[in-house]
Amino acid sequence: MPTSKISRETILSAIRNNLPQRQLEHPRIPGFQRPAGPLKPVFEQRLQEAGAAAHDVGSVAEAEAKLVALHPGAKVICSAVPEIAGTRRVETVHDPHELADVDVGVVRAQFGVAEGGAVWLTQEDLVVDALAFLSQHLIVLLDPSEIVPDMHAAYRRVRLNETAYGCFMMGPSATADVEATLVHGAQGARSLNVFFLPLRSA
Amino acid sequence: MSNAKRVDPAAAAELFIIRDQVHEPMHDRFLWATMQRRDKEAAAIPEWEELREIASKIKEHTLTHLDHYLEEFEANATKRGAHVHWALDAAEHNDVVHSILQDHGVKKLIKSKSMLQEECGMTPYLEHRGIKVIESDLGERIQQLDGQPPSHIVFPAIHKTRQDVAQVFARTIGTDPHNDDPHFLTEAMRNNARPRFLVAGAGMTGCNFATAETGTFTVCTNEGNADIGASVPPLHIASIGIEKLIPRVEDMGVFLRLLSRSAVGTPLTQYSSHFTGPRKGGELHIVLVDNGRSRRLGMPDFWHSLKCIRCGACMNTCPVYRRSGGLAYGATYSGPIGVILDPTFDEFKYSELPFHSTLCGSCSEVCPVKIDISDQILKWRRVMAKKGYLPLAKRLSFAVAGHVFGHPEEYHVIEKAAEPALDYAPHFLVYNRSLNPWARDRELPQLTKQTFREWYLANRSKHANVQNQS
Repeated sequence: MPTSKISRETILSAIRNNLPQRQLEHPRIPGFQRPAGPLKPVFEQRLQEAGAAAHDVGSVAEAEAKLVALHPGAKVICSAVPEIAGTRRVETVHDPHELADVDVGVVRAQFGVAEGGAVWLTQEDLVVDALAFLSQHLIVLLDPSEIVPDMHAAYRRVRLNETAYGCFMMGPSATADVEATLVHGAQGARSLNVFFLPLRSA
Repeated sequence: MSNAKRVDPAAAAELFIIRDQVHEPMHDRFLWATMQRRDKEAAAIPEWEELREIASKIKEHTLTHLDHYLEEFEANATKRGAHVHWALDAAEHNDVVHSILQDHGVKKLIKSKSMLQEECGMTPYLEHRGIKVIESDLGERIQQLDGQPPSHIVFPAIHKTRQDVAQVFARTIGTDPHNDDPHFLTEAMRNNARPRFLVAGAGMTGCNFATAETGTFTVCTNEGNADIGASVPPLHIASIGIEKLIPRVEDMGVFLRLLSRSAVGTPLTQYSSHFTGPRKGGELHIVLVDNGRSRRLGMPDFWHSLKCIRCGACMNTCPVYRRSGGLAYGATYSGPIGVILDPTFDEFKYSELPFHSTLCGSCSEVCPVKIDISDQILKWRRVMAKKGYLPLAKRLSFAVAGHVFGHPEEYHVIEKAAEPALDYAPHFLVYNRSLNPWARDRELPQLTKQTFREWYLANRSKHANVQNQS
């Protein structure tokens, strides 16, 4: 028997011998009351506080123009969404290292969470996970009707058993490790812009 | 009793305090500002206290069914294609990680912050065996380049000024020693780290929560460094302490709402990443580590410390930690949570830590999972006293106190005697830095001319002098 298997048995039996006398029940998580009102403004405000920004775009053409306006010098735009072509399709990327030169990554989030201004991105949305992290800047498309109020609702929505990777992303990369001063663009994306663009109807 | 040298936190704290007029006040100010942000976020959530109660109960439920949830987690993670390993202690954890790296011919490893890997002493172990280990969290990297352990579980380099960081970077990565702008320093490290992510053969992460229901583990960072390490190299290894388990996906909502608000005062960390099996084209190994946790589960007074979610709020609120700096604790875990965790690793070495506290109770009040930290600190003091681990000075004074409090008539004599003694004790003796580091910056209150007992006897007791009441 390999060492790890012996250790497994040793650990589990040590736990069983040491379990506290009282077996405590799992508490019920109640439904918490939310203030009434539209979620989009709350989401936008929280997103801004996290160092990101949201933009209303009326059409795909407007989204493309906005992208150019935000990132005029971008040479490599790698897209994972059908609406925006970019200069490189993420489907053609076989190895994440190929994304090292990406200036702007374009992805679509499944939904947003008003409570933190976060968006939910999975491996299926990113196609290659590293697109969200090696890209210098990120554009996230979001259908404004797909915003849930809080993290409780968010976890009812995710399907963790169906994706190898999923991330609540609240803004661009940030650090406060030098004198507690907030700096964006520590390791991941330097900026994050959310475009409110409804999913194209079939 | 261990052979380790006993840590002396008061002496180490003194070095931090007397170093200059900059470091200790800055440290105190930054952490208190973080605490105030936490308070503001907590106050904005009407159900905050209810969330703390639920989180505490979920953790207690999980810990009292830990064997069951570990097996469920293992089964689900394995089903999703992860390789799950078990490690009894730090040595086995390091050995398992080393074997995986060796099997894959990995010579360069990039890792995100993991207190567990720190606890296991993993980096020196791997570096001795020819594997280059790079910390990717900015604070951790600063500490690694400076040859120091992290001083705070969330802000590893919070005890350093920007000038300190500029000096470390100038010495180690060749930046301008006079440029201490945090934006410049962060950018310098980004540019230094990027190529290292791209050449690393493996990425390592820790884990904030492991969900049994789906075999998922969640890693929370603000930099996104854990995600680069997990998504770029072909191999991802995660170290998970067995106490990180939670039962269901639904439970995550409670913990994520509490974690970053308690830690830094933001609603979430910038990235809350969920790994369920290997990514497309990648390989995932999970090492479940005990290292004393199952033993702690059997300690009736102390098993609640296993509920800890490593937010650091107890450190930020602690008046002793804020002024001592984390390095003074001489252990992986510092601050109030360190005081109750560290002795479970080595009672003698950390026997002084429970006395490095005012027992003000603020840590217990802010803990998002309601660990009775200050009560446990007091209980550890009793353990240390019983084992005879009290330092000589405390042992003598406690012995005298024990005798005196047991004999009230002597107490009254001594109480009156102390007053003239303090009058005549030279100031330099009472406030001597090395004899009494706590006395720095602290003045004793003036002793009253009349003790409370004298006042009571004169005014309130049945023997009171009637004339005095007029």
